Amino acid sequence: MGEAQIKATLSLERPGFKLDVDLDLPGNGVSVLFGHSGSGKTTLLRCIAGLEKASRGRIQFNGDTWQDKQQFLAPHRRPLGYVFQESGLFPHLTARQNLIFAMKRASDTIPGLTFGDTVSLLGIDKVLDKHPAELSGGERQRVAIARALLIHPRLLLMDEPLSSLDQARKQEILPYLEKLKKQVTLPIIYVTHSPDEVARLADHLVALEEGRVVASGTLTETLARLDFPIKLGEETGVVLEARVTERDEQWQLAKATFPGGDFWFRDSGFALGSEVRVRIFARDVSLALEKHHDTSIVNLLPAVVEEIATDEHAGLALVKLKVGDSPLVARLTHRSAHRLQLEAGKQVWAQIKSVAIIQ
Amino acid sequence: MGFSDADLTAIWLTVKLASVVTILLLIIGTPIAWWLTRTRSKWKGPVNAVVALPLILPPSVLGFYLLVAMGPNGPLGALTQSLGLGTLPFTFAGLVVASIIYSLPFVVQPIHNAMEALGRQPLEVAATLRAGPWDTFFHVVLPLAKPGFISAAVLGFAHTVGEFGVVLMIGGNIPGETKVISEQIYDHDEALDYAQAHWLAGAMVVFAFVVLAVLYSFNRRGSQTGVVGGY
Repeated sequence: MGEAQIKATLSLERPGFKLDVDLDLPGNGVSVLFGHSGSGKTTLLRCIAGLEKASRGRIQFNGDTWQDKQQFLAPHRRPLGYVFQESGLFPHLTARQNLIFAMKRASDTIPGLTFGDTVSLLGIDKVLDKHPAELSGGERQRVAIARALLIHPRLLLMDEPLSSLDQARKQEILPYLEKLKKQVTLPIIYVTHSPDEVARLADHLVALEEGRVVASGTLTETLARLDFPIKLGEETGVVLEARVTERDEQWQLAKATFPGGDFWFRDSGFALGSEVRVRIFARDVSLALEKHHDTSIVNLLPAVVEEIATDEHAGLALVKLKVGDSPLVARLTHRSAHRLQLEAGKQVWAQIKSVAIIQ
Repeated sequence: MGFSDADLTAIWLTVKLASVVTILLLIIGTPIAWWLTRTRSKWKGPVNAVVALPLILPPSVLGFYLLVAMGPNGPLGALTQSLGLGTLPFTFAGLVVASIIYSLPFVVQPIHNAMEALGRQPLEVAATLRAGPWDTFFHVVLPLAKPGFISAAVLGFAHTVGEFGVVLMIGGNIPGETKVISEQIYDHDEALDYAQAHWLAGAMVVFAFVVLAVLYSFNRRGSQTGVVGGY
C-alpha cells in the first residue's frame, strides 16, 4: 500500500435508506464495493464523486480534502474519472468527439494516457466515427471508459459498468478491464454485485449491507472469512495470487505457485513467470486425514484447520484452512467433519478437484 | 389583383415584429426554462403558472392590463418615461413588449420540456468530465435541447404573426408602425373589401399550415433518431 489513500467518513439519510460509513481505501489497485442492490454501494460512490452530498461527512484523497464541515468541492473540481452504469456518452457527439470532449478538459498537470494509447488499450479504433446510438452496449461502455481515462484522473470510479450488458458482452469487456488494471497505476473504486467481477478485479474488497461497511480488507483474506456477511452460496471460495512456474508439455499442464504451495492446472498457454489469479471454490475442496495416492485428484496440499462454521444449509460446514501462508475454504457435510474429528489446529490434506485461472 | 401597398407594409411590419419578438423571447425564455428545469424552489409552480397565463387569458384581458401598466400612470409607463422613452402604447416597441408576454409560453414550454427530458445524467456526466456549469450549459444542454429551441422559435414566430386582440388594444392600428396583417385583414373586412381580405387571409392560412407541417414532420424525424424534442 502506497502513501496515497482515500478516506471517507459519510452519513446520509434518504427516505427508507441510511448510509453510514467510515472507510479507508488503499491508494492503488482496485477496491471493489460489493453488495446487493440497495446496500448503498452506488450512493457511496456518488458521494465520493460529489454527485451526491452527504449531510455529514469528510472525504480525503491523498491528503486533499474534498469534503468536510466547511467545504464541499464541486464534482467538476475533483480529479476523478467516472464510468456510469449506462455509458452516459453524449448522443449528439461521435465516439471520437466524446473522447475529445474529455481531452479538452483534461488536467495539464496530471500525467495520463495519450489518445492513441487509450484507444488501443480499449480496442475502439474502429468505432471512433460512429455515434453512440450506432454502437453495441459493449462498445459504448468501452468508449465511456476511454473517455474517463482521457480526463487524466487521479482516481477512477466505476459504477457497475457491466450491469447493463448481457453475459456475452460482459465476457467481452472483462479482459479490457483486467488489461486496464495491469497497465495503469491509477487507483480504481469499482462497484458491483457480481462475485465473478470481485474475483477477477478486486485487490481490496469492501462489503456493504444496508448502508454499512460489514467487511473490508485484502481480497484473499476477506473472501476467506467464514463470517463474510454476504452469502455467496455456490460461489463461496478463495482467490489466490500465484505465478506460473513450470509447464508439463506432455500432459499439457502448467504449475502455479502461491505462498504456501503449488498446484497443477490445464495449460492454456501462460508464459512462465506470468502472474495469474486462481479461484478455488469451497465446493471443489474436500479433506482427508492422510495423503491418498489412489485418487484422480492431482492437487493434494497439506493444510491446517483454522476454523469451522456452519454454511447456509445447516447440514453443511465451511472449514477454513491454512496452506502455508494462504487461506483455503472447504465445504463438507457436518457428518464428515464429525467423522474426521476436525477441529482447529488439526493437520489434514486438502484435495482440490478443480481450480479456475481467472487472469 | 394582389397585395396592395398597405398590405405589403403590414406584411413587412408583421415579419419585423415576429422576428424581433422571437429573438428576444429566445434570449429571455432560455434562462426561465433552465431555471424551471433545475429549481427545487417552491416558486416553481407559481412561475410556471404565470408563464402559462397567456395561454388561457382572453387577449383583451392581457391587452387591458398591459395598456394600464404601460400607460403614463402605470409602473412600466413610469419606468419608460423616467428613461426618457415616453410611453409605449401605440408604438412598435409597445407591440414588441406586449407580444413577448403574449407569446412567452409558446417559447418557454418547448425549451423547458426539452431540457426536462434530458434528465440528470448528461449534467452529471459533464461534471465528472470537469465541465463547469456554463461549459455544461453551452456544450451539453444547448446542443441536446436543440429540437426544443427550434420548436420554440417556430411557434413563437408563428404565434406572434397570428395575434390580433392584444395588438389591437396596445398598437392602435397605425399604418407602418403598429398595423400588422391581422389588423389589415380586419380593416378590409370592415370596409367590405372581401377580395383584398381573401388575399391576406388565404396567405395566413397557407403560412400557418406550412409552419405546422414542417414542425410536425421535423419533430417526428427527431423522435425517430432518438433526439429529445417536442413540446
